[in-house]
Parts: sequence; structure tokens; C-alpha cells
Amino acid sequence: MRHFRWPLIGLLLGALSACGEEPASDSVRETGLAPDTIVSGYAFLTPETQSEQDDDFLNPANLWVDEGGKLFLSETGVSAACASCHGEGDMRLDGAATRYPTIDHASGELVNLEGRINLCRTRHQQADPLEYESEPLLSLTTYVASLSRGQAISTALSTDEQVFYEVGKTYFNTRRGQFNLSCRECHDLNWGKQLRGDTISQGHSNGFPAYRLEWQTLGSLHRRFRDCDAGIRAEPRTYGSADYLALELYLRVRAQGLPMETPAIRR
Amino acid sequence: MAAIRISAMKTAKAGEIIELKALIRHKMETGFRRGSRGEAIPRDIITHFVCLYNGEAVFEADFFPSVAANPFLIFYTRATESGTLEFRWTDQHGTVSSQTANISVES
Amino acid sequence: MKPEQPSTDIDRRAFLVGGMGLAVASFLPLSTKAAPADMQAAVKELFGDRPLQEGGVTITIPPIAENGYSVPLTIDVDSPMTPEDYVKKIAVFSPRNPIPNLVQFTLGPRTGLARVSTRIRLAGTQKILVVAEMSDGTLKSAAAETMVTVAACIIG
Ligand code: HEC
Ligand code: HEC
Repeated sequence: MRHFRWPLIGLLLGALSACGEEPASDSVRETGLAPDTIVSGYAFLTPETQSEQDDDFLNPANLWVDEGGKLFLSETGVSAACASCHGEGDMRLDGAATRYPTIDHASGELVNLEGRINLCRTRHQQADPLEYESEPLLSLTTYVASLSRGQAISTALSTDEQVFYEVGKTYFNTRRGQFNLSCRECHDLNWGKQLRGDTISQGHSNGFPAYRLEWQTLGSLHRRFRDCDAGIRAEPRTYGSADYLALELYLRVRAQGLPMETPAIRR
Repeated sequence: MAAIRISAMKTAKAGEIIELKALIRHKMETGFRRGSRGEAIPRDIITHFVCLYNGEAVFEADFFPSVAANPFLIFYTRATESGTLEFRWTDQHGTVSSQTANISVES
Repeated sequence: MKPEQPSTDIDRRAFLVGGMGLAVASFLPLSTKAAPADMQAAVKELFGDRPLQEGGVTITIPPIAENGYSVPLTIDVDSPMTPEDYVKKIAVFSPRNPIPNLVQFTLGPRTGLARVSTRIRLAGTQKILVVAEMSDGTLKSAAAETMVTVAACIIG
């Protein structure tokens, strides 16, 4: 494996003094990744970790899939189990996760999978929303996302979604934090390079919620965003914040149809 | 009770060696970490695992803080007679989590 | 993760690279310098003064671990696993983690095959030692080195 450690750090340090906005003049769908270079975070794992992810028994994230599957069938504390509505026919949730985040037509708001599940709880189950990053919400989200495993993430962008997409894209390309770095700086321009024993990937969302070895547990995409923001000493946004939802939408389109891997294992 | 996954063949031939897998959700808190306010996080680990084949121990493991979170084990046993395989974990407080699989053995 | 070097530039550098991917404070080690454990003492405590014979034990562990928090480990011991000749115990030791005992397995003739797999934490690059106690009381052993690029600093 090639090590770009010092040159990259030089670049990162160089970026400390550099200021100014990234030009955001390219057309709506264009992202900083050429379509023929798109590669999942999976490609940057060791063969041992890859085979662990592929092994349905050993992949520890499956503990959350199991738990989510149980909750999906459960009627405890709700007026009707998720499965009573989503068990069959058009209401089945296979492939649903590939379309998120998307607009909730009833409210006009952008919602991600976590948000949609909570809307079902409040609108259809007469139950309270689950706290972001709580074990039950992580389990349900992982279970529902796993139903789309292997399916391509949707690149569709409705006119309603475009304004949110722009917000996400701007967040991705804007330098911030004590280190004055943007997501783009690492994930568009320096992927494949080494950063302290870690290889920077393209920063795709297709494995989330994912089991991170570093966390020693499973976490949401927003938790990953918070780690990256904290890493450049920027103020992490709150879970489910408008910025992170928009960022998630940008990443969905930016993934250009990568297959969903949830539940993935990542470093 | 903790989330558990176990895997064992449902049927086997007498004398056959079968693979058993066990995965349990547990943070295996080492006791060496600090929380966000600098406070020590107390140790909280599973200390013992045993697989009982019709009540008799065929494999055991003693865990220390260096066993990774959400511990998994792959091990083996020789299929001898039909019955149950019980997978049993005990944590440092003596709390037991267990799950059982049935096996039918043809001679 | 605390910067270790004095100059501000290097401080920043350590800060940045150290910070990436780490959920900051909650992962700080309790004591940054755990004294290297006395592995030999741990072996002696468990098995006494019996000599270790090298060989008969195969360790499968990645030469470069993804992350010290979870390193896959498989151990095979040469043994027919019959009532007359079997592996009684397999113990895994570390020269670098705060506690030298990592994990121990108890086997018997009914185990059928002397092979076991699990995942361990490693507080940095090191050579782990595996000792297998046979039913006749002899000890077989092997050692294997793993390079850990992102150490499980929580345990050392
Ligand atoms: C009483 C019926 C009902 C129950 C119970 C219910 N939902 Fe829904 N769900 C719906 C309806 C109707 C929609 C379509 C959007 C809407 O009207 O809110 C939907 C939409 C969804 C979607 C988005 C599907 C898509 O293709 O965009 C997901 C994901 C979802 N539900 C998950 C869940 C989960 C998880 C639970 C349990 C926590 C649950 N639902 C409980 C009725 C239900
Ligand atoms: C200093 C470089 C750097 C910056 C800036 C950065 N990240 Fe990351 N990011 C990383 C590293 C290192 C990882 C872990 C290895 C990898 O890339 O999967 C990572 C991982 C990710 C992942 C997980 C990818 C996967 O497959 O598991 C996502 C998603 C991500 N970053 C998004 C972002 C977003 C969004 C931003 C801006 C808010 C951002 N990153 C800023 C370095 C960076």
C-alpha cells in the first residue's frame, strides 16, 4: 500500500492558512467525483474485514438487524406493529432506503430514514418519536436499510429536493473548523491517501448505519459526520440537523448509484 | 437480555464434527477508559462462556478485557446424540444470558 | 489524544491526525502509559515451570490489523482430540496490553477439533503468545506478530 502520509499532512497544514470559498459554479448534478472512479468504502478495508462484513453470521452489525427485525414485528408500546402495514404488497420496504433522504410530501420537509421511521411512529402508530442514535432507532433503521442491501442508491432529484441538495453541496464544499478544511478536501481530492494508518475513502453513505471498529458499536451516518467535523475541529451539528440532512441528500446523489451495503463494517 | 446469534447444524451424523458459532452483543467495557468528563468508566465484561451438550460442557472460554466488544466465538464439537446445545454467557456480575439450539443426530 | 511534541506546528499536526476518526475525549486512555505487562509471569502463574515446546500450534492473525479494537484470531492445535490424547487448555498472552491474559479456552475430547476463532483487542504492534496444554501435561506454543496501525488506546 502506498503511503502519502507526510505529503498529505503537508497539504492539510497548508490548508490552515488558505482561505476563501470554493467556487460552486458547476451544474446541479455534478459532484467532485468522476463517475468512473466511484468506489465504496469497502474497497479500503483489509481482506479480513471485508470477509467479516460479507459473512452474515460474523458481521456484528447483524445483531442490530436482528433487533430491528424484532421491533418491526413488535406491538409493544404502539398501536400497530410496523409489519402490520409494511408486511406485504406495495407497502413492503425493500428498496425504500435507497430513496432516502427525500421530501415528506405531507410536510414538505426533507426526511432521512430515521426521520421517516419516526413519522410512522407519530402518524401511524400513536407512539412517541424515538431519540436519534438511541438503540431502538438505530436497530429499526439498520433493519429497514438492510432490506435494500445490494440495491443501487437512488440518484433521482426532484425539483423540491434541489434546494436541499444545494445546501448539502455547499456544506460539503465549504472549509470550516480550526483546520479550515472541507469534506471535499479529503473525500473528493485526497481519497486513497493515507492519514495516520487510515486510508481516506470517498466518504460515501452506502454502508450506514455501520458498525465502526473505532466505536466498537453501530452508529448512524450523522454520528460519522460528527466525527469528521470534530476531526477538523469544527463544531459538529446536532443529530438530525437541517445541515446534516441536506448533506446526506448530497451524498445520496454523489454516490452515483453505488449499491447499499448496510450493515457495513468500517474502521 | 442481550442480543444473541448462535449457529449450529440442525442435523448431523453420529461422530461428525460440527462447527458452532456464537455472537453476543456486549460492550466489553475494559475499565481502562475515561468518559467525556474524565471520569473512569468502570469495567463491565462477560467473563465466562460455556457450551453445554445435553448438559455436559464441551467447550468453555474465559474472557478478559482484551476480548473485543460484541464477542464472537467459533468452535467445534463431535455430534454424539440428539438433544440440545446450550450457549451460556456469564458476566462479571453473575448475570447469565443463554440460548439453546436443537440438534438431531442420525446414526 | 494529547499532542506529544512541543512545537505548535507539530502540536497541530498531532492534533489533526490524532483527532481524525476518533470520537475525542471518550476514547482517551485512563493512563496513557500502562506498564508493559509481565507476560512470562502470567504464563508461569497458569502453567507453572513446565517447558514450552515450540510447534504444534498455528496462529492465524492478520499481519496488519485494521484497527486494534477488533483483531480476528484463529488458533489450531495439532491433536487427535480423542479421550486419550486431547487439548485441555489454550491460553493467549500479550506482552503489551495492560493485562497479559487475553482469553483462555477449555477443551476436551468432546470438542472434537482443536480449533477456535475470536476477536481480540491489541494495544499496539506486538507478538502474541499462544500456549496449549495437552492432556499429558505438556505445553505446546507459538507466537505471532501483528502490526496495529490504529491501536486500541483504550487498553494501553
Ligand atoms: C398504520 C400503518 C403504518 C404503520 C404501523 C407503520 N407505517 Fe410506515 N408507512 C405507512 C404509510 C401510509 C407510509 C407512506 C408515507 C406516509 O403516509 O407517511 C409509510 C412509509 C414508510 C416508509 C417509507 C417508505 C418509502 O417507500 O418511502 C418507511 C421506511 C416506513 N414507513 C417504516 C416504518 C417503520 C419502521 C414502522 C414501525 C416503526 C412503520 N413504518 C409503521 C404506514 C405505516
Ligand atoms: C481531514 C480529512 C477529512 C475531512 C475534512 C472529512 N473527512 Fe470524512 N473521513 C475521513 C477519514 C479518515 C474517514 C475514515 C476512513 C474513510 O474515509 O472511510 C472518513 C470517513 C467518512 C465517511 C464514512 C465513509 C465510509 O465508507 O464508511 C463519511 C460518510 C464521511 N467521512 C463524510 C465526511 C463529510 C460529510 C465531511 C465534511 C463534513 C468529512 N467527511 C470531512 C477524513 C475526512
